[in-house]
Parts: sequence; C-alpha cells; structure tokens
Amino acid sequence: MPVDPALVGRSFGPTALTDVTEDRVAAFAAATGTPYQPGSPAPVTFPIVVAFEAMTALMTDGSVGISLQHVVHGEQRFSYTRPLYAGARIAATLRVDSIRSIGGADIIATTSAVTDEAGNLICEARATLVHRAPEEATP
Amino acid sequence: MTALVEGAELESFSYRITRADLVAYAAASGDQNPIHQDEDVAVAVGLPGVIAHGMYTLALAARATDSWAGGPGRVVSLGAKFIRPVVVPAGSAGVEVTVAGQVRSVADGRVTVALEVTCAGEKVLGGATAVLDA
Repeated sequence: MPVDPALVGRSFGPTALTDVTEDRVAAFAAATGTPYQPGSPAPVTFPIVVAFEAMTALMTDGSVGISLQHVVHGEQRFSYTRPLYAGARIAATLRVDSIRSIGGADIIATTSAVTDEAGNLICEARATLVHRAPEEATP
Repeated sequence: MTALVEGAELESFSYRITRADLVAYAAASGDQNPIHQDEDVAVAVGLPGVIAHGMYTLALAARATDSWAGGPGRVVSLGAKFIRPVVVPAGSAGVEVTVAGQVRSVADGRVTVALEVTCAGEKVLGGATAVLDA
C-alpha cells in the first residue's frame, strides 16, 4: 500500500525533551572515535538522537501506513543555526515536506526542527526516508 | 593542516569500523535496528551481512570535517545520500572507511567542501558536502 499523499504537511512531535548531558555527548563521540572535550560543541550529527525519535513517531504512527522494516534512510543533512553544547535540553518536531513515488517506493522527505527548551532553533535535520511497500499478491 | 582555499585537496582519513563500534553507536544514538548488529537478521532481509548505520558513516564524515576545520563548532551544514551499505565483518579488523575532501568554494565567509567517502574503493555516500564558517 503506498503512503497516503495527505501525509504531506503533517507534523510529528515535539518529542520529549532530551537532556544533552556531557556523558551522552561523550558516549556518542566515542562510538565514532570523534574527539570530544567537555565544554566543546557536540558532534555535528548528535541531533540525530532526537530527530530519530521524531522519525520513529512518523514511522510507527498507525494512520501513516508505513511498515518499519521496509524503511531505509536515504539521505540526511544537518543545517545549523548555532552549535549544540552539553547542558542543553532539546526536542525535535518533524514535518513531512513531500512524497514522491518512484519504482514502487515512496520517497518521503522530512525536516525535523531541533530546538532547545525555550523553542529556539539549534538546527534543522532533513531526512529522506525510502519506503518500499511489501509486495502485494498479484491476481 | 591544509589551508581551506578553493580547489585545495584536503588530507584524507581512514577510519576503522567494528561491530563493537556499531553496538556502542546503537546505544548512544538510540537506533537499535538489528540489521546493524545481528548477522542473521541482516541476511534475512537480504543484506550481505551486518551493515553500519548510515548515520555512523555520516558521523565519520563529520569527524574528518572537524579535523579539516581545526576543531568542532564550525560546521554550518553537513549531509549526504546513503548510496551503498558499509558491510562490517565480525572481528576486530572490521572494515575501513576513507573520507577525502576538496574545497569547492570559499565565498561570503563560508567554505564549501565536497567529500568523497569510500569503502573498498566504492563510494558509500553520494553528494556529500559540508559548509564551514570560514
């Protein structure tokens, strides 16, 4: 079943506020061998932590018609307004920008606004999700 | 450190990824999709084996970009398409990913870098670019 085009423009989130602790940032950096000193900006891709939650909210919403195991991450870009530091509390709100259908797959373009607890924008995380619907029985 | 001037070929970095790294990244990022940890699950969905999170590879691109920039906090934007999976074999040898970069332009206080991210000689990220504060 293709994804309903009415999904375009819908929002998911905001996610619950996540505490960006020094420990969380250090663990994220260490997993990819990225140098990190307490007090310096978090790794560029760290906001995926909340953006991924917002994407999960989209993908697991029963009204959307996506089956999680048929989704792959097609593209990801982060655009910063200001660097992120430990000590912040952040959340993501995802908006569905567009849906294109190509060769049996739905290409779902999304933008997650990653904000601090005051609602100020830290970065936008744009993600493209490729959903390949399970094969339907052909008559 | 290579100066960030138009056309400059930047130092390339090779980074090793092991399955233990993927387990650590899954915990740190919250992406616990088993295709990044469990060989049986990965093969069952048609993959050649356990694959790295695309975001893991993008994090390596960011790591190289910070090195070129001389430290963190200068990246204005960074992104790429995930065009080919990075298969990570079991064992401590893992697999190596190489991140190379070339300065495309320097204008209006911004440096645009085109990245080439490869594994075993094949591009794994498409259209990978980073924009830095000059």
